[in-house]
Amino acid sequence: MAFVNMKTKEVQAKIVFYGPGRGGKTTNLEYIYKKFRERIPTEMVSIKTHGDRTLFFDFLPFDIGKIMGYDVKVQLYTVPGQVKYDATRKLVLKGVDGVVFVADSQVEQRKKNVLSLKNLQENLATYKKSIFKVPLVLQYNKRDLTDMPLLPVEVMEKDLNSQLKVPSFEASAVTGQNVVPTLKKIISATMASLQNVLK
Amino acid sequence: MGSEYDDSATFSEYTLGPEQLDSIERVLQNDLIDSGVHSVMLIDMAGNIIAQNDNGQCDHDLYSLAALASANFAAVDTMAKIVGEEEFSLLFHKGESENIHFSKVNPEFLLITIFGKDVTLGLLRLKVAEAIKKINEVW
Repeated sequence: MAFVNMKTKEVQAKIVFYGPGRGGKTTNLEYIYKKFRERIPTEMVSIKTHGDRTLFFDFLPFDIGKIMGYDVKVQLYTVPGQVKYDATRKLVLKGVDGVVFVADSQVEQRKKNVLSLKNLQENLATYKKSIFKVPLVLQYNKRDLTDMPLLPVEVMEKDLNSQLKVPSFEASAVTGQNVVPTLKKIISATMASLQNVLK
Repeated sequence: MGSEYDDSATFSEYTLGPEQLDSIERVLQNDLIDSGVHSVMLIDMAGNIIAQNDNGQCDHDLYSLAALASANFAAVDTMAKIVGEEEFSLLFHKGESENIHFSKVNPEFLLITIFGKDVTLGLLRLKVAEAIKKINEVW
């Protein structure tokens, strides 16, 4: 639920990185934070467990400059990926304007990707939002791994994107490969959905 | 499946005009900052900042504060439902020199107030209640 401030000509929109546990959602945000450090005036907020797993969310406000005369601020969030944290995961989705689904390319994670995407659909539905209508981008993460068997991209497309038919990227959040293109794509899709108010 | 979804909710966004924001900011200034509150924010449940005001001596990271405050409120609200309460009416954190008070304005908005020792909780709650009444009249 983006907020458009007509007085300060500012738009705030919420983009959530969703996906299975240990899939690289936090690593995506950390890469963005490192890459655009000079444009992000504050510290990245992470609420995590002692074991360094996301407990509630990570948060990164990101000023992307002017679009159609409006100063656009996107608030990037991650959800906790672990199955047991569904209650908090649902809370983070409240008011979401765009979603990046970070899938894990490892063969052994295949089922977890599908379950997590299904979980996204269910949790969006609790806010009366359809996964087919929310601005969504898929990211097939960990393509840099060489010591693990990876799922062919065609298989991941078939598993996750055969019905959604949304933009997808092969990426590596650790090396930064396609992290920024993923971000740019979801920002443009989100802004396109807000266009009717930004006239 | 389509009928279960609210299409307008999918692309929901909302806009407040300059006059409405001016009115809200006036309420924040007159009712809260002038009563000794250090900093006040009107935020939505998604963590966006709608309006903000402070006494000029605060340098908080407001965007992070808003994100955390909305998440905190949502977590407490969910806990209330689990134990069978509609909601917990007082949400307040006390610190050594700064305190933070959360108040629901309506189902979509929260008022977050940061204040020090010079304002009592009782006065603060009275002032917040008055401010919320006035903010709700702006809509």
